[in-house]
Amino acid sequence: MNGESLYPRLEPLLAQVQKPIQYVGGELNAQVKAWDDVAVHWALMYPDAYEVGLPNQGLMILYEVLNERPDALAERTYAVWPDLAALMREHDVGQFTVDSHRAVAHFDLLGVSFATELGYTNLLEALDLAGVPLHAVDRDETHPVVVAGGHAAFNPEPVADFVDCAVLGDGEQVVGDITDVVAAWKQQGRPGGRLELLARLARVDGVYVPRFYAVSYGPDGAIAAVTRTRDDVPARVGKRTVMDLDEWPYPKTPLVPLAESVHERMSVEIFRGCTRGCRFCQAGMITRPVRERTITGIGSMVEQGLRATGYEEVGLLSLSSADHSEIGQVAKQLADRYEGTNTGLSLPSTRVDAFNVTLANELSRNGRRSGLTFAPEGGSERIRRVINKTVSKDDLVRTVTTAYANGWTQVKLYFMCGLPTETDEDVLEIAELAVEVIRAGREASGRKDIRCTVSIGGFVPKPHTPFQWAGQASAETIDSRLRLLRQAINSDRRTGRSIGLRYHDGKPGVIEGLLSRGDRRVGRVIERVWREGGRFDGWSEHFSYERWTAAAAGELAPLGVDLDWYTTRERDQDEILPWDHLDSGLDKEWLWDDWQDALSEEEVADCRWTPCYDCGVCPTNGTEIQIGPTGRSLLPLTVVGR
Amino acid sequence: MARQPEGPPPPPTVQKLRLRYAKRGPLRFASHRDLARALERALRRARVPMAFSAGFTPHPKISYVGAAPTGAASEAEYLEIGLAERRDPEEVRAALDASLPPGIDVLECVEAAEGSGSLADRIDAAAWRVELPGVSPADLARAVEAFLAADVVTVEKRTKNGLRDVDARAAVAGASAAEEAGCAILHMVVRQVTPAVRPDDVLAALVAVADLRPPSPPRAVREAQGRLDDTGTVADPLGPDRVAGARCQGEPAAV
Repeated sequence: MNGESLYPRLEPLLAQVQKPIQYVGGELNAQVKAWDDVAVHWALMYPDAYEVGLPNQGLMILYEVLNERPDALAERTYAVWPDLAALMREHDVGQFTVDSHRAVAHFDLLGVSFATELGYTNLLEALDLAGVPLHAVDRDETHPVVVAGGHAAFNPEPVADFVDCAVLGDGEQVVGDITDVVAAWKQQGRPGGRLELLARLARVDGVYVPRFYAVSYGPDGAIAAVTRTRDDVPARVGKRTVMDLDEWPYPKTPLVPLAESVHERMSVEIFRGCTRGCRFCQAGMITRPVRERTITGIGSMVEQGLRATGYEEVGLLSLSSADHSEIGQVAKQLADRYEGTNTGLSLPSTRVDAFNVTLANELSRNGRRSGLTFAPEGGSERIRRVINKTVSKDDLVRTVTTAYANGWTQVKLYFMCGLPTETDEDVLEIAELAVEVIRAGREASGRKDIRCTVSIGGFVPKPHTPFQWAGQASAETIDSRLRLLRQAINSDRRTGRSIGLRYHDGKPGVIEGLLSRGDRRVGRVIERVWREGGRFDGWSEHFSYERWTAAAAGELAPLGVDLDWYTTRERDQDEILPWDHLDSGLDKEWLWDDWQDALSEEEVADCRWTPCYDCGVCPTNGTEIQIGPTGRSLLPLTVVGR
Repeated sequence: MARQPEGPPPPPTVQKLRLRYAKRGPLRFASHRDLARALERALRRARVPMAFSAGFTPHPKISYVGAAPTGAASEAEYLEIGLAERRDPEEVRAALDASLPPGIDVLECVEAAEGSGSLADRIDAAAWRVELPGVSPADLARAVEAFLAADVVTVEKRTKNGLRDVDARAAVAGASAAEEAGCAILHMVVRQVTPAVRPDDVLAALVAVADLRPPSPPRAVREAQGRLDDTGTVADPLGPDRVAGARCQGEPAAV
């Protein structure tokens, strides 16, 4: 029977697996609705382990938005670890939701949020465990419609064979539109079957149905043309943009797991979008324009969320939180409100040039003074001009030194390796910077025990960014530069012990690169890797570079392309990119000009504070920047936390 | 001298409360760490005025006593909390219970009696009930008999320091087989020993003495914890506090 609980059959299996709590649901603020009371059933998947997926804001928002509708229900499902997957296959228990342990196969829709491309094999595993055909064309109207969302959905071509639709942009409103379409189609007796449903979905703004677009390739391996196969679907699919964040104060009651998760705090998104223009940053490019939540909107979300969760820390979330036009007042007034309650505030993402000690002191006033994290991203001033993340070395050292002088003992610095035009020297400057930070920090703080951690990973060029044409650095290049960096840091005994180096080798980045800028032909590689046991590719203990390269060689060679063609090859201006028919609003000519500016080390300013430079997003989507200050104040709360 | 945080020290503990709670249903799969996290958050949501430790990372004053293993349900888990303001124990119990997910249920809350000793000192054994679906009650009875007749039953157990042998028999103060609705039930009282002997270890011992191999995973419930008395039953560890509380009746309860 549809909607029936699989728990009685699952329970004996749970006694035999690691961390069984992640599969039982029952989180605080979880919702369970009766199956037969609603017309439309959504299963929402985060294609990674529960501990990573549960705190995901996007999924939590859609879960609440959908469950607030009287005609819909939404339940969550996550990737199951191989130990349970093996038992589920042995005992014929399908992929299930954690809320009511219902079979995913019975839902009308399976929404999958791809924050990273490394979750693709987990989607195939979930579909297979659910008993849903892997290929969209093999599904009939009894199967869920598989909908991909999240940032990676801006190039869903590598998974085009496996998903029925991809949704571009903000999900809050489009999930409602999709629900309406499905509800109407079901209520009318499913006219035209699955094909008609997909055709109707393809006419929803922001919804892309890959099967209605045919891709052909030229003799050089590049795409020759992408053409519609039906007249009633758009030639280019645009993205959705939620304009007034205060109208969407979700999640109102964040989920609190019993199990440990990667973020032991609640988060309030203080703005969406970013116009800093960092050229490597896909998130900053595809989420434009900047839309701020007001200080009062933030205040009420913090208040409601803390009451609903009991968390001790609130993360003020965005792509660059210190850039909120009223961040000083937000931090001060929240700290005033929660004075003496052991409630900490944190900014997960702070720019060096937006940091100030007053702000940092406000943030740590009621909570724990945790470490500070800055992301200069590039080691030299030159490379920082290339990536448009301009901050001078002196400013960087001064900022970090100020933090040490004010009692912080741990500073983490994030960098990338393998950026376009990068040389060994650019990377080696990271070591010089770290040494100087420690020297100046010791002097300013009068302490020997300060620490600086350099965290560095390989850069992966992403679609819809000025670097979408760039040749990706090979794994060997990345690894050799990281080796040089490590030697340089360790060479100075007086500071080496105070500097930690955390890095990832270059191999996973190459596969991420293949999946990020791949086209539909890459789907065969993904499927083969999954068939050969590939799962949890974001986890180093599960990721196998050899499995991926062997599958890529085997599947791509007959098509005349290879792994390097997708990754280290620089693209020409006139090449049709696999995602050109998907419109983030960014003008392709502007992106190209910005790419050329990058190569000549020219910067571009933030359009929040300087005139528009015509990236194209606002006119294309009918949107505009929405920032304060509003000048409003938070009223004091009477009793909080004690 | 060690650095001290600025500002006044946190307010002292003025009242200690002792609680018994259950973990039931699917939440038997919660680990002790999971439960501790859930309880700390629930105390905040319930606005229980917790006392905090001093220092740079203040922690609420909570002590846990002998947590049941992951996968085992329990009707008798205990903890003690320190409050910075006095509260009525029953109100704390109800508020905390309402703030916890269904399946973690706060059953009792009493004020710790002054000078009556620590909670941990009142617990040295646990009574368990283990359901063995698919096992015939007669087979279980035979296995229990063989187990009790043995002087020593050594089983291998995974510990932090790798595999080691423990004597499961010595820890078991009493065991019996029963039947409910056709399902074999093992009742037993197990002493706290080091390294710990858990229901799984006793079940491994039943394999060793009688080759009793349940076809599906058994379900264990800890029914009681306390001091083992001469009759082989465990005493209520909150008993002394309840007695002291009853003596104080008539004084106005702080709210």
